[in-house]
Amino acid sequence: MTEFKRMDGRKLTEMRPVAAQVGIIPNADGSAMFKSGKTIAYAAVYGPKEHHPRNQRNPKKGTLRCRYNMISFSVNDRIRPGPSRRSTEISKITEWALAPALMLENFPGMVIDVHINIIQADAGTRCAGINAAAMALAHAGLPMNDMISSVSAGKLDKTLVIDLDKAEEDFEEGEGPTDIPVSMTHSGKVTHLQLDGKINKEELKEAINMAKDACEEIYKIQKEALKNVGKLIEGDKK
Amino acid sequence: MTDRQIVIPGEIIAENTEALPGENTIKTEGKIIAQKYGLAEISDKLIKVIALSGAYVPRRGNTIIGEVENVLFNGWLIDFGGAEKGFLSLMEVPMYVNKDGLEEVMKIGDMLTAKIWNINKRGTDLSIKSRGLGKIEGGIIVKINPNKVPRVIGKEGSMVNLIKEKTGCNLTVGQNGFVHIKADSLEKELLAKQAVLFIEKNSMNNGLTEDINKWFEENKQ
Repeated sequence: MTEFKRMDGRKLTEMRPVAAQVGIIPNADGSAMFKSGKTIAYAAVYGPKEHHPRNQRNPKKGTLRCRYNMISFSVNDRIRPGPSRRSTEISKITEWALAPALMLENFPGMVIDVHINIIQADAGTRCAGINAAAMALAHAGLPMNDMISSVSAGKLDKTLVIDLDKAEEDFEEGEGPTDIPVSMTHSGKVTHLQLDGKINKEELKEAINMAKDACEEIYKIQKEALKNVGKLIEGDKK
Repeated sequence: MTDRQIVIPGEIIAENTEALPGENTIKTEGKIIAQKYGLAEISDKLIKVIALSGAYVPRRGNTIIGEVENVLFNGWLIDFGGAEKGFLSLMEVPMYVNKDGLEEVMKIGDMLTAKIWNINKRGTDLSIKSRGLGKIEGGIIVKINPNKVPRVIGKEGSMVNLIKEKTGCNLTVGQNGFVHIKADSLEKELLAKQAVLFIEKNSMNNGLTEDINKWFEENKQ
């Protein structure tokens, strides 16, 4: 097989330059920003607070409520503001990805609101959103078992790569692109995995292993950002 | 001497240790793991994590400052910044109140100091039956991060007493992050407010008492 070249000259297992900052929204209980290449996500956490409407209350444990939103100017063609089919789905996915790390049983009948806004989108927005939200939840002082990091693995034609950008997602040669967003705890437990495209069993296993290594790198940035509130932490440039 | 460092959830604070897990930590297979974002205090016997941020979590026995949100037929509903509202029953008011005259004692929008005497499934019950509790009249109220309250109070109230002494104000610090300042002149109250905000901003510093003494010398009129 000939050496596969990525469009922006990255190595196969190389992520886009990442950056993170905690405590960017003063009025929120916890907030964070996560940047991966051109993708920028802002997350704000409010709560735990009284759950309204009352009929949705869970008396056994608290509820996590996420709202993923792409700002209308985040992409080249203006998108219609407000919830769409896609954003509702990603909101739910984000809830499921984050809930296993949170100890919600401490807050029966209450709700924790997470608002994620994508300021600039260049693929991998749900991963950036989950990374920002995980930092914001920790910053909000909520009890958690572990930290969540998220990255998208992928397959371009027959080559496995990490952290696809928009140009690569639109790659049309050969078998085309496969996008696999993965979220996992620092201890390596997968909390969220999606797959869009074609891939066989062995390659999927390898892709998840690649994502594991990338998540370790993201975890370091998240940790550094949480330890230096209000400071922009950038990943090492290669 | 205890060692301090900032930890994040899931971070291993210590391995192969005999120490016991304290607040916000868990021990599994000899490792002590943080469960909250905060400051880890490490000593030989106990490792605990002190929360640095987050909303106020009510505890029994806390003194809080809240606002009357609604007047009900047998008491008042108090908003004190927690997830749930507090309820101040007529039984917990140390004076005779006419059943039709609840509004004469406290009406919507009034601030009061109260104590949490019970927390159960149905809600948080408040009381104003001790000294120093009750409706607040005059003065100003400052809102700070509830996690910084212990620093504003200081060891056995040393910091509050220092501010009282230096400014001549009367301070009441609610565990929910509200501080009530009252004095005979507005200038004194504003000075005390600045001092409280200074402590909130610099709460991470070691030797805060020295800093605040220096600050008072610089800012005294």
